[in-house]
Amino acid sequence: MLIKSVPACAPKASEITPKSVFLDRRRFIKTAAASGLIPALGPFALTNDAKAALTGRALANVAKSAYGKGLTPTEASYVTSYNNFYEFGTSKEDPAVLARDFQARPWSVVVDGEVGKPGTYDFEDLVSPHQLQERIYRFRCVEAWSMVVPWVGIPLGDMIKRMEPTSKAKYVAFETLNDPDQMPGQARRVLPWPYVEGLRLDEAMNPLALMAVGLYGEELPNQNGAPLRLVTPWKYGFKSIKSIVRISLVEKMPPTTWNNAGPNEYGFYANVNPDVSHPRWSQAKERVLGSGYFSSKVPTLKFNGYQEEVAGLYAGMDLAKYY
Amino acid sequence: MMRETKIRWIARPVVFLVCLAPLGWIFWRAVNGDLGANPIETVNRFLGDWAIRSLLLALAVTPLVHITGQSVIVRFRRMLGLFAFFYALLHLSNYIIADQAFNWGDIWADIVKRKFITMGMLNMLILIPLAVTSTKGMIRRLGGKRWRKLHRMVYFVGVGAVVHYTMMVKADLMQPIIHGSILAVLLGYRALRKTRRSASAG
Repeated sequence: MLIKSVPACAPKASEITPKSVFLDRRRFIKTAAASGLIPALGPFALTNDAKAALTGRALANVAKSAYGKGLTPTEASYVTSYNNFYEFGTSKEDPAVLARDFQARPWSVVVDGEVGKPGTYDFEDLVSPHQLQERIYRFRCVEAWSMVVPWVGIPLGDMIKRMEPTSKAKYVAFETLNDPDQMPGQARRVLPWPYVEGLRLDEAMNPLALMAVGLYGEELPNQNGAPLRLVTPWKYGFKSIKSIVRISLVEKMPPTTWNNAGPNEYGFYANVNPDVSHPRWSQAKERVLGSGYFSSKVPTLKFNGYQEEVAGLYAGMDLAKYY
Repeated sequence: MMRETKIRWIARPVVFLVCLAPLGWIFWRAVNGDLGANPIETVNRFLGDWAIRSLLLALAVTPLVHITGQSVIVRFRRMLGLFAFFYALLHLSNYIIADQAFNWGDIWADIVKRKFITMGMLNMLILIPLAVTSTKGMIRRLGGKRWRKLHRMVYFVGVGAVVHYTMMVKADLMQPIIHGSILAVLLGYRALRKTRRSASAG
């Protein structure tokens, strides 16, 4: 016979948390992210979830390009699980988890400022007139680590030409989506939202500048800036603004987020430069992600190795002053 | 006698193993290839976090004794303090061995140019004599009064550790603020108690 004795200290049924509440793990994670708890709980709570994968949605009709010959791409799981995307939390493992439900479609981009064709463009209308290309680029973060990423995208210059910039247009300003409901990291003002970035027009027209829509032949994962992000491989990674909702052609140098947050640390240009030291990280060397635990850092190349393509843009400029 | 046996053979080993658990956890993750894309950074932050947390635990002992009246808690203070030193030493070793690969020129440049590293090194410099003089023999040799004076340096390390953390962080100050607030409570308690006692004595 089964004798059930209930000790006096046992919780009453009414005191037990309803299943619906404790199963609502995703909400908990979002709240935790918003309150900054994830870094504290992170290693215990999230490591297994953070092993994000690619989207599985292959992009059709991608042309190969000559960019990146001889480079070996970093393991895809690293590229999709190690992201600085503060809109989805400030630890690098956060975005892969917190961006899972992000709605990257339908998506529209406002084009305005000094252009002949302003308007609100649907993502497909912006991208589909162009031939998608794969370009394997080195990606160098200001935190002194680097990856090699096989992006899929279109030259930014081609996209801008279709907007018909006026003669007054000197700079391009970009803006990330500002939607705290979808981007839990925006619940706290760790940076002023929305994230904004900018390029000089001649930088934007340089053939290296890419508007990326994919990685590894597939659509961009949310945590990598879906559906549309900038890639400027000769600049530190924070210039490569993600989840873009506005592109403005402007006359004056636009404000940029990290430059506003720390002007002595992050400049407008942010060109990769081993000779210009940074208050936090020596930029002389970088850690190549995916190399072994005890393998040494490698020397960082000026303009991240793209000197031939971009050095002309900065002829005569003091790069220690305009960092 | 019973009580002494329990502390020595049960409570102490349990606390010891609990303090060792973070190291076991990171080791487990390393063995399973679960340190992410930048394992050196993962390990470094993890060890730094646990150095600060152990230090805060050690600093919590005295207030806890006062509040609970359970003087037995003092028996764990040295172990907690030594674990703080242990995790700090591993944190520093990981930086020197794995991150900088013994490149002393780069390490020196970091110490001189990057203030959060200057701060971290200063903390370590203070922790070393505290760890060395943690034995019973050293307490006897130094004399209780001098020993206590020397070990008050740990308050500087507490503040220094939070400053080191704060300076390292790029934008999100939440974690340094949480750790700093706990430290402020622990040090504030001491300051308050001292002023109250001197007031009542006068």
